[in-house]
Amino acid sequence: MSPSAPAIISLSAATLKYGQRTLWKDLNLQVAPGEFLAVLGANGSGKTSFLKILLGLSPLSSGQLTINGAPAKRGNRGIGYIPQQKNFAPDTPLRARDVVGLGVDGDKWGFRLRGKSYHQRVDELLAQVGATSYGKIPVGMLSGGEQQRLRVAQALAANPQVLLCDEPLLSLDLNHQKAVSALVGQQAKQHGTAVVFVTHEINPILEHVDRVLYLAGGRFTLGTPAEVMTTEVLSKLYGTRVEVLHIDGRLVVVGRPDSVLDGHLPEDEQSHSHDSTHGQEIR
Amino acid sequence: MSWADFTAAVFNFSNYAELLPLFRDTLLAGAILGVVGGLIGTFVMMRDLAFAVHGIAELSFAGAAFALLIGADVIFGSLVGSVFAALLLGVMGVRAREKNSVIGVIMPFGLGLGILFLSLYEGRSANKFGLLTGQIVSVDSTQLSVLAGTALVVVVGLASIWRPLTFASADPDIATARGVPVRTLSLAFMFLLGIAVALSIQVVGALLVLALLITPAAAALQVTAAPRMVVLLSVGFAMTATVGGIMLALGGSIPISPYVTTLSFVIYLLCRIAGAWRRRRGWSARPNALAV
Repeated sequence: MSPSAPAIISLSAATLKYGQRTLWKDLNLQVAPGEFLAVLGANGSGKTSFLKILLGLSPLSSGQLTINGAPAKRGNRGIGYIPQQKNFAPDTPLRARDVVGLGVDGDKWGFRLRGKSYHQRVDELLAQVGATSYGKIPVGMLSGGEQQRLRVAQALAANPQVLLCDEPLLSLDLNHQKAVSALVGQQAKQHGTAVVFVTHEINPILEHVDRVLYLAGGRFTLGTPAEVMTTEVLSKLYGTRVEVLHIDGRLVVVGRPDSVLDGHLPEDEQSHSHDSTHGQEIR
Repeated sequence: MSWADFTAAVFNFSNYAELLPLFRDTLLAGAILGVVGGLIGTFVMMRDLAFAVHGIAELSFAGAAFALLIGADVIFGSLVGSVFAALLLGVMGVRAREKNSVIGVIMPFGLGLGILFLSLYEGRSANKFGLLTGQIVSVDSTQLSVLAGTALVVVVGLASIWRPLTFASADPDIATARGVPVRTLSLAFMFLLGIAVALSIQVVGALLVLALLITPAAAALQVTAAPRMVVLLSVGFAMTATVGGIMLALGGSIPISPYVTTLSFVIYLLCRIAGAWRRRRGWSARPNALAV
């Protein structure tokens, strides 16, 4: 990442409020091509909303957002999106390669008439994420980690300039967490794709991260992992004593007062509130 | 009833060669409905709408019964009823759980209305029963062209939204992020589904619609996941059930629907067995195991 490169994502004085509650305020952020930005924070701190806004699915309360110089809009082909792992139903009538193919031309009308370049592209993408060996297996029969690789391939299909990831490692085992984050990191470094990676667990992606945006209690902190992930900075952000420990090259945040700061949590985030309350090490 | 009476009623192929040409239009109608049922069934399975199909069918039945009562065209009545029900479900039920309760509320209401209209109707009682259990024994050429025209609407409609509908059905979140109009597609699909249900009711009746709209696709999904194969098999199975069912029913004195549903069910059973065999033989086996 070079500071002089023109930013691909640019937020100025961006604010998000829900009613009386301010999730974050006056956020100024420039993300350069090839930069890997991790978005961390407590549950209900507006991480997922941050992505929704970048996707053009919901608006900022105030402030400006441009992506590649233009206002964010729905269905931007320059943006790839990888959500949380959610298992496909066992009888989904799609094979692994068809799931990847949805990223290639799934948004086009009608049905595919001539498939040569389509099949070439799908083969390329499968190879890129190491999924060639199970390309023809029904997607419902694959493991969560394998399905998530396919989602990475699907998101990369349109050669996006921006890759938005919403907790893509959740419910994956450690090996698959590493493999999937390596794929995303590689995309940033080798193809100059800007990555915005929302997660509550920084360790699997620590080696790839350039900067961290940490959201908590209506405030935020922005900086390199070394700057942000310290006892002083996080304690100040949370407004209470939070300890950042270094154990075997891993960062462990102890004493994050999730429930105190955020009161009620959105329903879909409650399921993993448990492990983040007790530090990020329990896995 | 003795066994001989039973077989004579169920399987009767005397004068078959003379009968067959008379039923050319009926067979054609069956084939057309097979195509529609097989095509739309794959999406019904993908979107988990089996229960919705059942609910739509009951309102379609109410519409047809009302048409019968006031002397209007029955096919038109059932079309109005099912398209109305399908769109209502599309608008009201956004989430799966919500959808199921909405269907559970609508379905008995529709059935009750239908029974009301039928009890007020003073015409032939065979007409009444036909709506619930199927009737197209004799389709005239006007009806056939109406049927073919409506079926064409469904097929062309489905074909034109095929890819985005697949995307939206498989993974609505990602599809939304990619700009696929998920909600509009869902409504469009419900509209087409409503038409398909109304058409299928003409063959198998309101109670047995699932045999045409679910079973063939469910059977296909047992043996393959390749999208093209799923569609081909599903359509093939549905056509086998309808055309085969009509051909078996020609000589006997029994309605078409039991033949269609039984064929459909047998195909499903065979596919289940084949699928189980394929899974045991390692359907999901990789040429070289993943390194993790």
